[in-house]
Amino acid sequence: MAVIMFRHLLPLCAILASLCAVTPAHAADTVADTIAQRVIACTACHGKEGAASSDGFYPRIAGKPQDYLFNQLSNFRDGHRQYPLMSYLLSNLSDAYLHEIANYFSEQHPPYPAPQPVTATTATLARGRALVWQGDADKQVPACIACHGQNLAGVAPAIPGLIGLPRDYINAQFGAWKNGVRKARAPDCMAQITARLSLADINAVSSWLAAQTVPDAARPATVGILKLPLSCGSIMPGG
Amino acid sequence: MKRVALAILLSIIAIAALFFGKQFIDHDADDQAQQPATPLDLSLQRTRGAYLARAGDCMACHTVRGGKAYAGGRAIATPFGTLYAPNITADKETGLGQWSAADFWRALHDGKARDGSFLYPAFPYPNYTKITRGDADALFAYLQTVTPVHQANTPHALRFPYNYRFLLAGWRALYFTPGVYRNEPLQAPEWNRGAYLVEGLGHCSACHTTRNIWGATVHKSELGGGLIDVMNWYAPALNADAEAGLGDWQLQQLTALLKTGASPRGTVFGPMAEVVGQSLQYLQDDDIHTMAVYLTAQPQKASAPALTSLQPDAAKGQRILQLGSKLYENHCADCHRADGSGMPPAYPPLSGNRALTMASAVNPIRMVLNGGFPPSTNGNPRPYGMPPFGQMLNDQEVAAVVSYIRQSWGNRGGFVAPQEVNRYRSVPVD
Repeated sequence: MAVIMFRHLLPLCAILASLCAVTPAHAADTVADTIAQRVIACTACHGKEGAASSDGFYPRIAGKPQDYLFNQLSNFRDGHRQYPLMSYLLSNLSDAYLHEIANYFSEQHPPYPAPQPVTATTATLARGRALVWQGDADKQVPACIACHGQNLAGVAPAIPGLIGLPRDYINAQFGAWKNGVRKARAPDCMAQITARLSLADINAVSSWLAAQTVPDAARPATVGILKLPLSCGSIMPGG
Repeated sequence: MKRVALAILLSIIAIAALFFGKQFIDHDADDQAQQPATPLDLSLQRTRGAYLARAGDCMACHTVRGGKAYAGGRAIATPFGTLYAPNITADKETGLGQWSAADFWRALHDGKARDGSFLYPAFPYPNYTKITRGDADALFAYLQTVTPVHQANTPHALRFPYNYRFLLAGWRALYFTPGVYRNEPLQAPEWNRGAYLVEGLGHCSACHTTRNIWGATVHKSELGGGLIDVMNWYAPALNADAEAGLGDWQLQQLTALLKTGASPRGTVFGPMAEVVGQSLQYLQDDDIHTMAVYLTAQPQKASAPALTSLQPDAAKGQRILQLGSKLYENHCADCHRADGSGMPPAYPPLSGNRALTMASAVNPIRMVLNGGFPPSTNGNPRPYGMPPFGQMLNDQEVAAVVSYIRQSWGNRGGFVAPQEVNRYRSVPVD
């Protein structure tokens, strides 16, 4: 009976995907032996398949490069990146399992949510766009695209995409780098860049990035960048 | 007031103890009997020591998250202030590099530092005193092989008067009796081995026994359960059927829980996930077996759980349970099933699960708020996780669903108030 009722609910579930995101797709008699089922805990905040939403704080993890995801997971677990709930959840998970989790989410490519309505001024957006595409030579700040890919969807295996993320999340990361709370393996290039940015710069970058509509086909670049403008420990294995 | 009076009492006992000399507080008949071990093979002794360090989960306190093994620094929050676990690597200046096996034995057995001062019992020497000299020497031999890390110890941050170590003389006179574990002649060897591991190295009672106002685990309430101070997890009684009593557990259910973190009856979470992940999963099957033998043989007390919070009247209770039932159907039933039977070992049963119906509802509240993963173990390397719901459900909703779970399918727990939920939103999860 429950199964029959469930079949009627399936289309509803598809329509209300966001409401069904937290619970497994169906109430089977046995537990699916899949990585998707094992990591359903992650989707409570990061959304179904890691797609997240554009209106909250939680970042999209779907489609991020796998080494980047593994580095973040192990950094949370080992206290190198601070978010107490993440550290708590990952405390007792092995490297092998974290690799599997990272691989799984790196392979998910659900559609991107539409960006939130833009509230920033035209001038702010223009400054943001300039920083993303050209950087600021006077401040010795390279363009975002120089490392994060021409389409800003990241570069495999370890550089994250910057689009499809909530503005609050981007601001929080810059703030954490400014305060020394978020760190990457030395040389910590993002810490150096963040130190050179004013709060107005950060607001401009995050406003512009969060306003972009992301094509569903966006993928991290797979061809490595030959030479980064800065030396970054985070792209080395174990960074 | 009570604390002040007790502080004065302890001071008087401490001063008396110091005045009358060592006899008063060092009533130890074992010292002569426990001769240093004379190992035939040093490498075997070290291997054994490494195993014992796992069994004692020394690393849990003596290593910070992501830090160098055994280099110390982890903060141990207590009602008396914060202690910082010391460096026990072989570093000559900041670790145990200059210690002798006799110094180490005195720390474990007598709770005294190398200079003879009293150690704070956050270092569980009331348990470790039960360890044999041979095992203590093996542990020491192993720790001397740990890569030295030069890292000075963080001074403890204890409040007055607890920052005066000599006051521990009074504490020791009241609550500490040194003595190696002695076999109970009427019990089987495996029971005795289990008791040695549980009461000694395993220091299970450090959490699973209520601490009194002075932070002492009182013998008569051994393994009777207790709220872990400051951490705010409730370590259930292992000997009361009303709690997580193990009386009706089958032996292999308990060995599965201890060895892999998951079992047909329940799954480890919170601090116990760390214990299984860092310690118990590495123990040999026969040692796990003896611990299970000892624990399942504990006399079970059938005490009815006392209800901690004010219970609502019938009409209001009905409304709360209706809301809880609806939330359960939406958020919980896919994994834990409508009838609460779960799908173990991935998803533990909630029906008849005593971790949920104890007088203190802190554990189910925190599980709903924060979710969790059991540890990766050899037997369960890719554990299924539970999502956190704290960001999705408000205090009323969490209280309703926990109340519903505590009162369905034959469970006999009480209602939980939204205020209780709110209290646990702000405790550190990490």
